[in-house]
Amino acid sequence: MGIGEIILISLVKILLIISLLFLTVSYLTYFERKISAWVQNRIGPNRVGWKGLLQPFADVFKLMLKEDIVPEKADRIIHLLAPMIALFVAFSTFAVIPFGPEVHLFGYDIPLVVADVNMGVLFVLALTSLSVYGLTLAGWSSGSKYSLLGGIRSSAQMISYEISMGFSIGGVLLLSESLRPIAIVESQSGWMWNAIVQPIGFITFLVSAFAETNRLPFDLPEAEPELVGGFHTEYSSMKFAAFFLSEYANMIIASGLIVTLYLGGWQIPYIDLLGLPSGLVALLQVGAFIFKLVAILFFFLWVRWSLPRFRYDQLMNLGWKVMFPLSLINIIWVALLIMIFGL
Amino acid sequence: MLTEFGKVFAFILTAVMFVLIAVFAAKLIRPARPTKEKLTTYECGENPEGSPWVKFNIRFYVVALIFLIFDVEVVMLIPWALVYQDSGMLGFLVGAIFLILLGLGMAYEWRKGDLEWARPKITPLVLTKTEPPEEKQEKELNLGE
Repeated sequence: MGIGEIILISLVKILLIISLLFLTVSYLTYFERKISAWVQNRIGPNRVGWKGLLQPFADVFKLMLKEDIVPEKADRIIHLLAPMIALFVAFSTFAVIPFGPEVHLFGYDIPLVVADVNMGVLFVLALTSLSVYGLTLAGWSSGSKYSLLGGIRSSAQMISYEISMGFSIGGVLLLSESLRPIAIVESQSGWMWNAIVQPIGFITFLVSAFAETNRLPFDLPEAEPELVGGFHTEYSSMKFAAFFLSEYANMIIASGLIVTLYLGGWQIPYIDLLGLPSGLVALLQVGAFIFKLVAILFFFLWVRWSLPRFRYDQLMNLGWKVMFPLSLINIIWVALLIMIFGL
Repeated sequence: MLTEFGKVFAFILTAVMFVLIAVFAAKLIRPARPTKEKLTTYECGENPEGSPWVKFNIRFYVVALIFLIFDVEVVMLIPWALVYQDSGMLGFLVGAIFLILLGLGMAYEWRKGDLEWARPKITPLVLTKTEPPEEKQEKELNLGE
């Protein structure tokens, strides 16, 4: 394979993934509204297009046509930078998440991941820590009390849960012996999914993922009754849309991570025993990845519309006194499993 | 040769481009008619009072400090996790000692009350009969003067 072809294939993959991500994010907002309507016995958006399917585009156009108001007291540059950081971080993380096995297409071997980096998990951890800056800077730069309080709350919440997230990932690394996402997926062959081998780690990671994406029951940063809009109180137009999109993009990233680290990635247990043609298997496996991703996303939406919000002290107590010790126990559990059974 | 990190870089560049387009493209079509009233800070319809950068609770700072310590320990743990399967009993002992130390640090923070969010009970020696102690009020934020 020549350099030109490699660059071409990479470019096609990059553009495909980013545009798919934008599309999924916009339709996720639609499904959020439809599912909330379903949970609350309403109809939901049904006017724009067939069954309201064009609603996301209407929303984007509405936001584009809104005036962009920067309050007098705001720090203009950081006020502009913060939503961009949030959105950029949310979109870059997907570079290392594998969504399928290596496929043979037009005579080339194409791995279905944008970049097969040997430290992919570290890359993900680094970028998700960066996303704290988006919210904190937004809160600080707006020049509003609500924004400041929301920004500080969100930073404290996100860093608290980042710890248990990191320790949960430690348990996964013990089994995979590699930071490559593809190796992590391959270490979960058959039914050796990490969600089954280390259920405690799976739960701590899941809860931390909810907290990191600021979804209910952990949406303290934008608790409407106390803080108006929280960190995005003073944002309007496309900057507000950037925060909105980044929240949904973060949900997709979190689901992708959960699937990759705990649910066996693209793998379908024992599918190679059926003797199907390899093209079909690859197709089924990509389908399995998408199915798992959508299932986790649905879980995110379902929880949001079923559970009430935590109080702030409950949130911090859960993070430090429950999730953190549990993730430590999980590491010891996995280490013992490896010692005893030599997994 | 385009390395894997080159691809990551290309992905990041594309993401940045998309973000810039998303944020700046709307500038061409949206109105911009700021007035003095529009540019004031939102404070439930009242005139904004005092500085927006209010004092906040010191506990947020303490949480950040604890985070810093434990996050470094996460980083220390990752190399151990990667070589654990080849290192046998010794590896287990090393990891166990590290985790026990970590757990001790955690227990210390817990005992010191740095993980308590609601205010610790302060019982003054001389109590005149006034209002009940205000520990229930969730005063996490001191709204300043």
